[in-house]
Amino acid sequence: MSLTPFKSRDFKSHPAFIHPAYTSTVLRGQTRPLVAIKPSLSELTGPVYGHDAVGELDHDLTKNSIVDGPPIGERIVVTGRVLDEDGRPQPDTLLEIWQANACGRYVHEADQHEAPLDGNFLGAGRCVTDADGRYRFYTIKPGAYPWPNHANAWRPNHIHFSLFGASFATRLVTQMYFPGDPLLDLDPIYKSSPPGYRELMVSQFSLDDTEEGFALGYNFDLILRGRNATPMEN
Amino acid sequence: MALKQTPSQTVGPYFAYGLTPGQYGYPFRELVANNLVAADTEGARIRIEGCVYDGAGDKVPDAMIEIWQADAQGRYAHPADPRSSNSSFKGFGRFGTGTDPDNRFIFETIKPGSIDGAQAPHISVIVMMRGLLTHTFTRIYFSDEAEANQADPVLNSVEESRRPTLIATADGAVYRFDIHMQGDQETVFFDV
Repeated sequence: MSLTPFKSRDFKSHPAFIHPAYTSTVLRGQTRPLVAIKPSLSELTGPVYGHDAVGELDHDLTKNSIVDGPPIGERIVVTGRVLDEDGRPQPDTLLEIWQANACGRYVHEADQHEAPLDGNFLGAGRCVTDADGRYRFYTIKPGAYPWPNHANAWRPNHIHFSLFGASFATRLVTQMYFPGDPLLDLDPIYKSSPPGYRELMVSQFSLDDTEEGFALGYNFDLILRGRNATPMEN
Repeated sequence: MALKQTPSQTVGPYFAYGLTPGQYGYPFRELVANNLVAADTEGARIRIEGCVYDGAGDKVPDAMIEIWQADAQGRYAHPADPRSSNSSFKGFGRFGTGTDPDNRFIFETIKPGSIDGAQAPHISVIVMMRGLLTHTFTRIYFSDEAEANQADPVLNSVEESRRPTLIATADGAVYRFDIHMQGDQETVFFDV
């Protein structure tokens, strides 16, 4: 079987390792030039999770943690496709998401934000893309929350996304934002990717994906690395 | 059609209940854990442990490490590996540094075989943490594979003085592998 390497990670799109406006990067970002590696089986393979890996309610955050009733907040549908740079759908790809609740509070012991927890909402979900690369989550619109990066700093509403794609090399962890959020222009994490690229992280309101009488729809496509045209010698 | 790659963003401080819920005790079924070994897995049982250090030399308590490796015969559980169908070993693990009192990451696994007849035994690693906007790739090699390491094309592409940052140190079946994000001992990170 021939192995076709992936196009490089596009560092015009991905943030620099050190982005001083996001202060934690200063001591945590790596500093030396990356060492080029000739792709081998180690890079062109990766973990495989099929549809049997996800539970029936894993994709529905409005239901997967209910204790005594539905969670509080604005119910939304988040759907889209996972594609590569050449527009090819990426089927059978695991997506994992996590987020704050409607009040901007995470179910995490490190989150000390004084906002209520919701006993019926954990904020974690997962699903696997279908043959067209499509995924669909039901959740609650996350709230904004303060963070200690700078004075009066607030993170815009966002959902964390983790996905694998075709190999270990295509791994991506990103965040999905919401259209029209005034906090985006003030957020050093969002702005760590330059104009022309950062907008790819902003979902679009979609009336087509809105379920009548039930939930607003947001569309969010994720674009992973494509394949080189030429297979490598094996 | 040329699309642009979606930008990477930090995994943030709150990944635990989404990505490592079992390890951190959150009520969500865990898909990936730090024990890669099943009862019928062939190969030498090993443990890999280490810490992630920031530029001030402090241990990072909210990093997440993922490992990907071949089985004891050098086979990956993935369709791109022509030998994969013989392997029952999944080869993927994940662990956060927030639960161990010493902020270590710990993996219970097996020693991988050499890969495609040319590469020394190694484990691929992804490093993520709050404060790291784009994940980094590195590799774990083994100190008791000196001969294979000397012939390894990836190790040989790294300047000699930095190669030790990629080699886990054996103490019996426990291998120590620390990750330094910055400083004199900064780990070699790869453009994978």
